[in-house]
Amino acid sequence: MESFFARHKNATVLAVVLMAQILGLATQIRRPAENGPVRLIRKWAVAVISPFERGFVYSERWARHAWLDYFYLRGVSRENAALREQIESMRLAQVRIEQDAAQARRIQALLQFKEQYISQTVAAQVIGSSGSETSHIIYIDRGSSQGIEPNMAVITPDGIVGKVLHVYASTAQVLEITDQTSGVGATLVKSRLQGILKGQLTGNPNLAYIMADESVSPGEDVITSGGDRIFPKGLPIGKVASVSPGKDLFLTVRVTPAANLSRLEEVLVITKIVEKETDTAGLGPIRAADILAQRLPSVPDKPAESPAKSGETPRTPPATIAPAASVPGAAVPKPAAGAKPPAPAPKPAASGNANPPANAAAKPKPAQPQPAKPAVENSKPATGGAETP
Amino acid sequence: MNLTYTSREQVEVYRFSWGVTVGVPLLAVFLQAFIPVRVAAFRILDLPLLVTIFFAVSRRNPITGLGTGCLIGLVQDALTQHPIGVYGIAKTVVGFLASSLGVKIDAEQPGSRFLLIYFFYLLHQTIYFIIMRDLANEVLIWSWRHQLLGALLDSLVGVVLFVFLDRFRQRA
Repeated sequence: MESFFARHKNATVLAVVLMAQILGLATQIRRPAENGPVRLIRKWAVAVISPFERGFVYSERWARHAWLDYFYLRGVSRENAALREQIESMRLAQVRIEQDAAQARRIQALLQFKEQYISQTVAAQVIGSSGSETSHIIYIDRGSSQGIEPNMAVITPDGIVGKVLHVYASTAQVLEITDQTSGVGATLVKSRLQGILKGQLTGNPNLAYIMADESVSPGEDVITSGGDRIFPKGLPIGKVASVSPGKDLFLTVRVTPAANLSRLEEVLVITKIVEKETDTAGLGPIRAADILAQRLPSVPDKPAESPAKSGETPRTPPATIAPAASVPGAAVPKPAAGAKPPAPAPKPAASGNANPPANAAAKPKPAQPQPAKPAVENSKPATGGAETP
Repeated sequence: MNLTYTSREQVEVYRFSWGVTVGVPLLAVFLQAFIPVRVAAFRILDLPLLVTIFFAVSRRNPITGLGTGCLIGLVQDALTQHPIGVYGIAKTVVGFLASSLGVKIDAEQPGSRFLLIYFFYLLHQTIYFIIMRDLANEVLIWSWRHQLLGALLDSLVGVVLFVFLDRFRQRA
């Protein structure tokens, strides 16, 4: 027996090592580690690799900022002028959007609609990846000590990125939406069809469970549905890239992610989501005609009669007729030269409505000045956290 | 191309300093994790596999080869969300076979190194695919075109990398 092992020492060692790993593998598959504690070997590997990654990323960022902020300033004044023009045109557009938003809030209040608000985010730097073709994982430089927890949503100003999978002391592992084990509740904006965005091994993710008899067109926007309880409703996911008949009566809808997942540098982790009813304070009184018009949308509008012809006093126009500025796509009247732009609609009170709804916060800009003090439910922001305005 | 059979006495056996033994695999794993953040196409390369093959054919000791492959693979596994042991098993087998083959083949010439890396890349991917599909119950799609392209790129990079790593070898 002894001579057998001595003669086949190499093969025996190989068999033992392989068996040990296969047994370890079988144990993990029986008890998936996703919801359990993080394995020690993962902690060790991340502890060894991440300081180097962090060091490289920080030095690269420092060098790039030094170059762009102090040396390479060509075209900055031209860009500044273009941005000023953009701000002017956006101010005009804001007036129209605020009127639309006020109207939407009134309707939501009537329906006792509860909205999800992104209350708190933490900005993080992407420092590494899994390095594997079959595993779409990134590592960020924020961990449990900054308030990061598993299953928190990770986004960029362009769209969603993924969810936090494992958390270490100062690092966290993020599962991208393109990974084939990922699933995100999604809604098609135009057709309001709902499905699940599933990552693929290669190429763009697929919006699954859309019936073959439905009509989906390429270019249609896809947003989060909120059904997965991870991503707040209304965050941009991407656009439909292609639609083709798939298996089992479902369409194969390929979606191009809105966020550039192949080159991520900075992301936002949503650390707090608040759910509350729409606050209509400050929106003005709701008229009975409004309520009636909203509850009975099928009541046709009466044709306008000229007061002179009917001989009656002019009536208030039906509430269902929206003002020109609130009709989507309607042109906003340009103010005359020297005239002040129209006064914006009254803002909601700062009693908890200062945060925009999740869909409005789809483009968070942490560096932007905050117009109003954000409302937080007596919670301290995590270290390095940023309250979304 | 010089792919010759040699006797055990004719084959050189090399050893490495502790710094190189620990530092080079760690550097390979670090680069494999760091570069894809900037260049996504880099994922097709497998630097830890190249390092595993290099140490295995240089040391020409099957037990050391499988041990090196096992450790590198496990560290690589730890950075993914997959069960730990998938890369570990694949690289253990590659390390063992590469060092066993290294005893019989003179893997000093670029041509023979190219073929070795090409073969071991495909073997590694096959083992990885089988484990992921049959043991880890993951759905993977095998694409010959992608795998052959990966093998070609890895072999080309490997030949250059081996020339660089040759500087750290010490005759045993």
